[in-house]
Amino acid sequence: MRIVVCVKTNLDLQMVRIKGREPVLEAVPYKVGDLEKNALEAALALKEDGLDATIVAVTIAEGDRKIGETMKEALAIGADEAVVVDDPALAATDQAAIAAALAGAIRHTGGADLVLCGEGSTDGYSGEVGSRLAELLELPQLGYARSVAVADGAVTVERSLDDQIETLRAPLPALVTVVSEINEPRIPGLMQIMKAGKKPLTELTAAELGIDAGATASQTAVLSELAEEQDRKHIMIEGDAAEQAADLVDALATEGVLRR
Amino acid sequence: MADMLIYSEAPAVACELAAGGRRLAAELGLGLSAAALGPGAAGPAAELGACGADRVFVGDDPALTDLPTDMVAEALAQVVAEAGAECVLLGSTRRGKELAGRLAQKLGAGAATDVMSLTVRDGALVGSRYSLGGATVAEVRVETPVKVFAVMPKVFEAGTAEAGAGEVLRPQLSLTPSPVEVVGRAPREGEAVDLEAAPLIVGAGRGFAKREDLDLARDLAAALGAELACTKSLADFEWLPEDRIVGLSGAKASPDLYLGVGISGQVQHTVGVSRAKTIVAVNTDKDAPIFQLADYGVVGDLYEVVPALVEKLKAG
Repeated sequence: MRIVVCVKTNLDLQMVRIKGREPVLEAVPYKVGDLEKNALEAALALKEDGLDATIVAVTIAEGDRKIGETMKEALAIGADEAVVVDDPALAATDQAAIAAALAGAIRHTGGADLVLCGEGSTDGYSGEVGSRLAELLELPQLGYARSVAVADGAVTVERSLDDQIETLRAPLPALVTVVSEINEPRIPGLMQIMKAGKKPLTELTAAELGIDAGATASQTAVLSELAEEQDRKHIMIEGDAAEQAADLVDALATEGVLRR
Repeated sequence: MADMLIYSEAPAVACELAAGGRRLAAELGLGLSAAALGPGAAGPAAELGACGADRVFVGDDPALTDLPTDMVAEALAQVVAEAGAECVLLGSTRRGKELAGRLAQKLGAGAATDVMSLTVRDGALVGSRYSLGGATVAEVRVETPVKVFAVMPKVFEAGTAEAGAGEVLRPQLSLTPSPVEVVGRAPREGEAVDLEAAPLIVGAGRGFAKREDLDLARDLAAALGAELACTKSLADFEWLPEDRIVGLSGAKASPDLYLGVGISGQVQHTVGVSRAKTIVAVNTDKDAPIFQLADYGVVGDLYEVVPALVEKLKAG
């Protein structure tokens, strides 16, 4: 069977600095998203459990960065092959166009028996793409999985909702999104990284998938994007631990935030 | 008249959306419809009128049993057509967020999820949500004829709008059973904690060297009468349960006091406490970003500072 893992590569958020209230994004590298690594790990675990599967990592990029390099990380973690839709037409777009490109790429490259996504991306965290993709591919969706099992042509997940754990089952093909608690993604070793460069990587354009400019136009407009304003006192409390403790408790009492 | 449509599977959130939605709909010159879906949905329907809805569309088709996302999205798409809705407000619970993408795709609509404020500007709805992992807040306008917003719980306050007419309508829905089957349900393990309602929170981070050391944080929380929270990394280590996470992937808290111990202050965490009235940070590294967000900063070893704090608090 084919397991497709949808991989968003996002800016390394640890490297994003705020200047004034503006984010500084120049020279910030891209990396495979955190939840996408969980999704890859979940696919690998299924395979290691004896499922006869090919793991395909699919990503979308906007043509102006070395996406093939970034995707080597996904291949090193353990994907068998990568599919990259790399096209400037996808530069100023949103979740609907990303989902359309993913759907096109999956259909174009042999389909999927199981699609795995993160429940949201590390940066935008909208959680829309998995659901939109399930609708486009007319798949049953099982969101927020903290465990996933495949048997007898069906997928079963335990999913983590706000106030309960729900167990869902659906016949394959199906789409599953995972939460971070599902597993601890492995860190690839040197051998895996070396082998990653030799694994197949298919590059596609939006036009090859029949996606035109109209389909990639953004359905949303971002009017502003600034860091929140914070008005804080920045008082540093000096002294040894006992003095710091005493001064801090006094300060908190003055603030009126202690329960007395 | 065109409508705004609100829906959440959580009755309390639906009532909040009705109250907030009623004000926004009035500003936009729209009526307010609500949807109540699932078996027994007729029950809560009357309540949605009292919460602010002019019309309540009831769908209790058997295909909506267990509220499978694909069928709920299909039912709502049909209600949107029936009501002539221009915008849909969902609750950004986990179910609601999952629903938002599927519904928006069915409607050819743009969407914004995890919306933490929603206002009318120049005749259009503008939602704000975190972006770049919480480093920034994006203001988003949806450009499609039908718009979908998933609004976080507690953004609107229930009971703040006048009651609507609450006319109950039963649209003819055309649904087929979902291939997704619910085979089990259980409450979450562990004691329930509501960090978003907690007035005092002690947050623990990777400054704690091992799991047992969290007893120090527990002592401090007990001495303050605070709830204990943590960064995502401690939950990933399984030192504390997932529902103790504060940050982008957990609770967005607004306590009177947030006391962060051994927390460096990455935005993915601090975004969950940036609305605290007073923020205190204890960290060995004087350059840790958490100090830029702190009202009071203590540069020191938590293994010395925390016991001293506990002693001082107990002494009163």
